Amino acid sequence: MSSIATPVPSHGQGGSSAGVSPEHHYLNHSRGILSWLLTLDHKRIGLMYMVTVLAAFFLGGLFAVLLRTELLGPGAMFVPSDPVKTWRLYNHFFTLHGAVMVFMFIIPAIPAILGNFILPLMLGAKDVAFPRLNLLSFYIYVLGSLFLFYVLIGGILGVITGNENILPGGFGLDTGWTFYTPYSSSSSKSGVVPATIGVFILGFSSILTGLNFIASIHMLRPKGMNWFRMPLFLWALYSTSLIQILATPVLAITVLLLAAEHILNIGIFDPKYGGDPVLFQHFFWFYSHPAVYIMILPGLGVVSELVTTFSRRHVFGYQFIAVSSVAIALLGFLVWGHHMFTSGQSPLANSIFSLITFSVAIPSAVKVFNWLATLKGGSIHLNTPMLYALGFIGLFTIGGLTGIPLATLPVDIHFHDTYFVVAHFHYVMVGSMLFSFLGGMYYWWPKMFGKMYNEFWGRLGAVIIYAGFNITFFTQFIAGGQGMPRRYATYPEYFQKYHVISTLGAYVLTIGLFIVLFNWLHSLLRGKPAPGNPWGSHTLEWHTASPPPHDNFPVQPVVGDPYDMHYWKKAPDGNGYILDPDASEQPHGHGQGTGVKH
Amino acid sequence: MSTTTTAAGHGPNYDAAHGDKGHIDANSGHHDPNLAHHFDTPEQQFSTSKLGMWTFLATEVLMFGGLFCAYAVYRYNHPEVFLWSHHALDAKWGMINTIVLLASSFTMAWGVRAAQLNKQGLLKLMLILTFLGGVLFMVIKTVEYKSKWQHYLFPGYLNSLNASNTEVPGDAAKRRADTIAYVEKYKKAGDGDAHGSSLGHSANPESAEHSNATAGGNVHQPEASQPVKTAPNVVEFNNLYVDGNAGTADFAAIHPPAFSAAGINLDADKRPAHKWTTYTELQPADRAQLNTFFSIYFMMTGLHGVHVVVGMGIMVWLYLRAARGDFSSGYFTPVDLGGLYWHLVDLIWIFLFPLLYLIH
Repeated sequence: MSSIATPVPSHGQGGSSAGVSPEHHYLNHSRGILSWLLTLDHKRIGLMYMVTVLAAFFLGGLFAVLLRTELLGPGAMFVPSDPVKTWRLYNHFFTLHGAVMVFMFIIPAIPAILGNFILPLMLGAKDVAFPRLNLLSFYIYVLGSLFLFYVLIGGILGVITGNENILPGGFGLDTGWTFYTPYSSSSSKSGVVPATIGVFILGFSSILTGLNFIASIHMLRPKGMNWFRMPLFLWALYSTSLIQILATPVLAITVLLLAAEHILNIGIFDPKYGGDPVLFQHFFWFYSHPAVYIMILPGLGVVSELVTTFSRRHVFGYQFIAVSSVAIALLGFLVWGHHMFTSGQSPLANSIFSLITFSVAIPSAVKVFNWLATLKGGSIHLNTPMLYALGFIGLFTIGGLTGIPLATLPVDIHFHDTYFVVAHFHYVMVGSMLFSFLGGMYYWWPKMFGKMYNEFWGRLGAVIIYAGFNITFFTQFIAGGQGMPRRYATYPEYFQKYHVISTLGAYVLTIGLFIVLFNWLHSLLRGKPAPGNPWGSHTLEWHTASPPPHDNFPVQPVVGDPYDMHYWKKAPDGNGYILDPDASEQPHGHGQGTGVKH
Repeated sequence: MSTTTTAAGHGPNYDAAHGDKGHIDANSGHHDPNLAHHFDTPEQQFSTSKLGMWTFLATEVLMFGGLFCAYAVYRYNHPEVFLWSHHALDAKWGMINTIVLLASSFTMAWGVRAAQLNKQGLLKLMLILTFLGGVLFMVIKTVEYKSKWQHYLFPGYLNSLNASNTEVPGDAAKRRADTIAYVEKYKKAGDGDAHGSSLGHSANPESAEHSNATAGGNVHQPEASQPVKTAPNVVEFNNLYVDGNAGTADFAAIHPPAFSAAGINLDADKRPAHKWTTYTELQPADRAQLNTFFSIYFMMTGLHGVHVVVGMGIMVWLYLRAARGDFSSGYFTPVDLGGLYWHLVDLIWIFLFPLLYLIH
């Protein structure tokens, strides 16, 4: 491998400067609303995504709190005088919660925000491969989101006011985010067609982002950065992008066919016209299962970065972690049938899907063990991002392990469509993905805004979120085991205790999330200026100022092993890390004898 | 192309690329207006653009793949439906469309080559010809679609073959008869497929009219020496049409096995009389399902047609840019990428055509 040149000691010239934020950076590079709306700068696009995606998260969360409030008691809480109206409202609420969270929050969150911002920086590049496509991707996301949200909120307002046409064309959706046929193709009076159009549009945003990342990672790596010298976050984004481009088009054709079924009654999914409703499930889950790996893989990549940096140690088993990302992406295409064990599939098909589902757990476990090995003997710093990463490891383990009984055929017969499933996927989507998203946001926050956040409130928020999350969802494992079905607005008295605990946990979780929000806002207004490298990580984004200049790197950073942190030493003023001019020129031994080659 | 000036003035690898500081290599393309600021060389930009385009084409393949999957599932489950319905499609027009698209792919490739060689006039001509190929394709498609619609073959619930279609105003039975006659239009003209229903002629009095027609038409009497019994005995049993001779000695005589104690019978596959299943011979369950074929046909060719129209738009845009002098041997990336898209549209048709028109 090429020898590593002497790292350039920091100049004032926007290199890895210690202390003062630079005067000119991407945020003040140009001014005016149009300079943001028409920007081609991946960093600005990432921030615009951040605003819209977090708004979507707020909306999805609001409806989660509303539906959990409804579930405090078996009776109708919202409209006590009209239970039917309340149940209809409930159906709209959980559909909106699911659709908004899945399509508008989780799938874009890490790739569109952190990926857009950090990927070119990690590559030492000036931008992604196709900046204009990137901006187009953002606008497609905004259009699809507005469309989808309009339809969904129209339905809710329609039920509340009794006027279905209160928002013209906004007929809502009460089918659940999975819009199963034949309810969605014939019986549902809700706005299946406009909602699916919104999903169709959002899908293209996902596809174009994935396309951009694939081209960037293939073609914009700098000299010296071959595939196995990339940071693990890039491996994760690459695997995510593979899934995005291969799976999302199938969703596109599925919703197109569903719309055609609705409008023309073409008879593909609706048995009344000769169609097969289970075929819809096959089509839908062929996308939606790989979609959950779109959700989690970037999070796994973030955790790899966090665990390494805050253990001050080279990651253990780099190649295994890298390859496991791709393995998860590929295997994830083969398991969609595990959502359909009770749909009437043949036992042979059930068995095959069950077997492959067991095997897809293996690469995920590989990652967890490698992280644990990285932590062991490391110098653990419990900063806020690290708290989220540690929380992730435990919660992801629980989420993954509870997937195993769901993959087990005889057990799934009982657990299918119960709260056990709900708890399982919330452990991986919230306990894992949300935690990694928050951890990543905190980790790269100084880089993005040039401001530090208040560490005390950050840690407090993390702990409260962890507590609230577990109270909410661990209870649901138990409720599900006792047989509480999902998507039910009412239930026998026996289950009430679980629901009350779960709802109170949801309130605690909400408080924690608001603490995070205020922590961030306070940082933006009054945060301490951030150094170029507050955490002492060696990946390339830390080799430039915080916030970075418009074109990222005035001086091309030197490419080395991304996890070799010995080049950095603590800054004398205690503010972050600076390059160590006395650091040995040769790469530091990795310590674990993992066989990573130079 | 982005014209943002960078704060540092040069790209990060500028010095490395150019050796001595400040010296601008004339061929470096540094001030090349077509080189985006985040790429180091035009070659890198071109390769990246190609990779992006191929990735996009992969997504298109996956999207159409869903439709091909639906086709496969329904054809596997309802083979008779497909075998009967596809006669509504005129393979002649399909063949012409195939040739038109192949020719337009040829002109497109030639256009890319012209751009590589900096032959502006040739490039513009080729773009026009490709565009015209798309026009011709859509014209023929329109002719085909109109012909279907005139005979009430629509996608979905308006299709007169739709078993549950009682919503259509007018005489539903008359429309259905018209549609059936349209689909079976080749029955009188030629001998159709060699494969047919083992049920042969229908004994159903309703089909007396076309029974007579085929009786007079070409009946492939096998030249086998063994005598062939009269047409099999079609009876209705439990809502199905079955061969009343099944299991009897007559059945063996009508359908002699290929291999038996008597030796090899080379004429075993020759069947009497009528060649392919007519509407009246279809099982009732299949009859209820006939609109599925047409739904799939219209969805697949419709989505493909949309892509052809988009491709035509791309040709127009490329032509306008070529007329403006945007392309040269140093930069012809949009032509190349547009060509890739057009080739994919052609390729999808190459798969559609046999699956829909030529199945047997």
